Amino acid sequence: MPLVEVSHLVKHFHRGTRLFSAGTLVKAVDDVSFSIEEGETFGLVGESGSGKTTMGRCILRLVEPTSGDVRFRGENVLAFSKPRLRATRRQMQIVFQDPYSSLNPRMRARQIVEEPLIIHGLGNRTTRRERVAELFRLVGLDPAHLDRYPHQFSGGQRQRIGLARAIALNPSFVILDEPVSSLDVSVQAQVVNLLMDLQQQLKLTYLFIAHDLRLVEHICNRVAVMYLGKIVELAPTQALFAAPQHPYTRALLSAIPVVDPDAPRQRITLDPALVNRDAVLREISPQHFAAV
Amino acid sequence: MKNTDPVLAVEHLTTVFDLSTGPAPAVDAVSFQIRAGETLGLVGESGSGKSVTALSIMRLVEPPGRITGGRVRFKGRDLLALAESEMREVRGADIALIFQEPMTALNPVFTIGDQIAETLVVHGRSTWRAAMVHAVELLEAVRIPDAPSHLNDYPHQLSGGMRQRVLIAMALACKPSLVIADEPTTALDVTIQAQILDLLREMKSAFNLSLLFITHDLGVIAETADRVAIMYAGRIVEEGPVRSILRDPKHPYTRGLLASIPGGVPGERLRAIEGSVPALGALPPGCAFNPRCPDRFEPCTSAPPPEYPVDPNHGARCYLYDPGTSHRPSLSELRPGSPERQRREGGQPPATTRR
Ligand SMILES: Nc1ncnc2c1ncn2[C@@H]1O[C@H](COP(=O)(O)OP(=O)(O)OP(=O)(O)O)[C@@H](O)[C@H]1O
Ligand SMILES: Nc1ncnc2c1ncn2[C@@H]1O[C@H](COP(=O)(O)OP(=O)(O)OP(=O)(O)O)[C@@H](O)[C@H]1O
Ligand SMILES: [Mg+2]
Ligand SMILES: [Mg+2]
Repeated sequence: MPLVEVSHLVKHFHRGTRLFSAGTLVKAVDDVSFSIEEGETFGLVGESGSGKTTMGRCILRLVEPTSGDVRFRGENVLAFSKPRLRATRRQMQIVFQDPYSSLNPRMRARQIVEEPLIIHGLGNRTTRRERVAELFRLVGLDPAHLDRYPHQFSGGQRQRIGLARAIALNPSFVILDEPVSSLDVSVQAQVVNLLMDLQQQLKLTYLFIAHDLRLVEHICNRVAVMYLGKIVELAPTQALFAAPQHPYTRALLSAIPVVDPDAPRQRITLDPALVNRDAVLREISPQHFAAV
Repeated sequence: MKNTDPVLAVEHLTTVFDLSTGPAPAVDAVSFQIRAGETLGLVGESGSGKSVTALSIMRLVEPPGRITGGRVRFKGRDLLALAESEMREVRGADIALIFQEPMTALNPVFTIGDQIAETLVVHGRSTWRAAMVHAVELLEAVRIPDAPSHLNDYPHQLSGGMRQRVLIAMALACKPSLVIADEPTTALDVTIQAQILDLLREMKSAFNLSLLFITHDLGVIAETADRVAIMYAGRIVEEGPVRSILRDPKHPYTRGLLASIPGGVPGERLRAIEGSVPALGALPPGCAFNPRCPDRFEPCTSAPPPEYPVDPNHGARCYLYDPGTSHRPSLSELRPGSPERQRREGGQPPATTRR
């Protein structure tokens, strides 16, 4: 049984506008289905604004999906009562994309990381203090800075506070929404190594949302590509990078910047006319699906 | 002003935070120059002071931070000596800053159309009526699809990458001569990132825009920067032409950074520089990188190294390049497996594979 199973997930937003048009409907997530196996790192990449963050939030019910199904260990998360949902959240965590707006500016770093432990009634003051310091060290932050407020950290340091908070409860499933995007490559390597270590020790499962395709290639087992609210390609990582099928995936892979000022740039620009928006995912080769 | 004069010359800029333990320098005597039409890439460890440098140039550092020394010459004027009212006119109009985290710069209770229009109106570039039309053009320039329909969106209704593009649009609104971009493309997929980098390139050639480009993406550096400065613990430790820095990095920190780029066997541990950046106000004596440096030798712990020239227009603050000391090979120059290399690597365990 997959750990997480998403079927026909839909999320629409209504945007009321005053000036140029009447209200519009945004199909942020438009009939998406996929499943994630236990212990897997599932990559989610795609165009900015294609619905990746919205989908992550729907899975945890931080926003209510318009329709569709989300199953966690076979049980329908969308049917959970409030208390049941709260209990399940202990196992499902998220590291938010924008560390600045997701960390409460009036709380000290210590309180931010400790809060989930308090909410779930874990440990006593002393053991919680120790755990918080340990988490701080794990993500490469100096426990001497535990009493600082979020604005007193750099962008990359804030990102790691969010990560420490998310792993505080030893969850089994973590949604990582651009978790290392503001880190330099060396600290990024440390955090990614930490994520891989934790995965091995705790059998963690990750949904890894990222724009850094080199990193995705390095750590993900399978990758899904989103474009305009839909998954347009899904494949084992190697297959996707070796033989991308969808025109958007091809454009995406061709645009990865290389660390060589003289490398010839052979960017493929996406011709939207090439995208058949009615195509559904079909299996092109074993385990490799594309909407072409 | 001569053509070759730098647009921006930062000289010994120093910014400290007054912590309970005393003042701690986040930016420590930083100097660099940017010429018209040139892009300087600023790269460095998380927490090394890149954003504080950007904020200091704009004079936007807030207490307990304060600028304690140095000069910021912009087109010949020292910005640190201007009255706050004069500085307000420089900000946004002459120098624009794209903040690292869009939500710090966007006001959650105003629509993005209003916020872009306000920038234009405040600097006298437009009337309110014309500003909305101009705002649509700007949003289209940064590749926001269906731009008119987003004018009345509030920031929380946009995706992370869309917010970042709104900030870029606001920065370019008044056609400034210098843009300081703090991680401007981290939330963008690489196709839109490529389009934004093209847009910046067009603006560079169209009206000689200068750029201070802060990023940790060395691929983006390779595509955009003319020169690169590497920052570590508040200091610039290496500076040079982009080719020279990426092809032949000299400072051990820069070398470690380049070696940490994801690649190699999938699932294998990534190479990281051991240890972490020293905390603000707790710098080790000598070179701040010395506790983590594979090439450390005697002088490194005594005093911070001065800048040594290593190649044309390329300098490194590292005693390895002191012409006075006899040549000492750096770790990467030693044959793998040689006794000297093994000794210096301190018998680190071999990488383990997993997937
Ligand atoms: N609260 C909201 N109200 C209205 N529209 C929204 C809201 N949240 C998201 N959207 C819209 O839904 C779409 C998808 O946004 P989402 O944040 O999921 O994209 P994303 O794939 O995470 O993009 P990025 O890579 O830029 O972070 C966008 O068009 C966005 O404007
Ligand atoms: N308000 C503040 N009070 C105390 N220390 C601060 C404050 N703001 C920043 N710092 C510290 O100053 C140092 C430099 O921060 P800065 O934001 O410039 O780093 P950065 O190089 O931009 O890092 P990143 O790549 O993570 O964004 C960090 O150690 C940070 O913790
Ligand atoms: Mg997102
Ligand atoms: Mg920063």
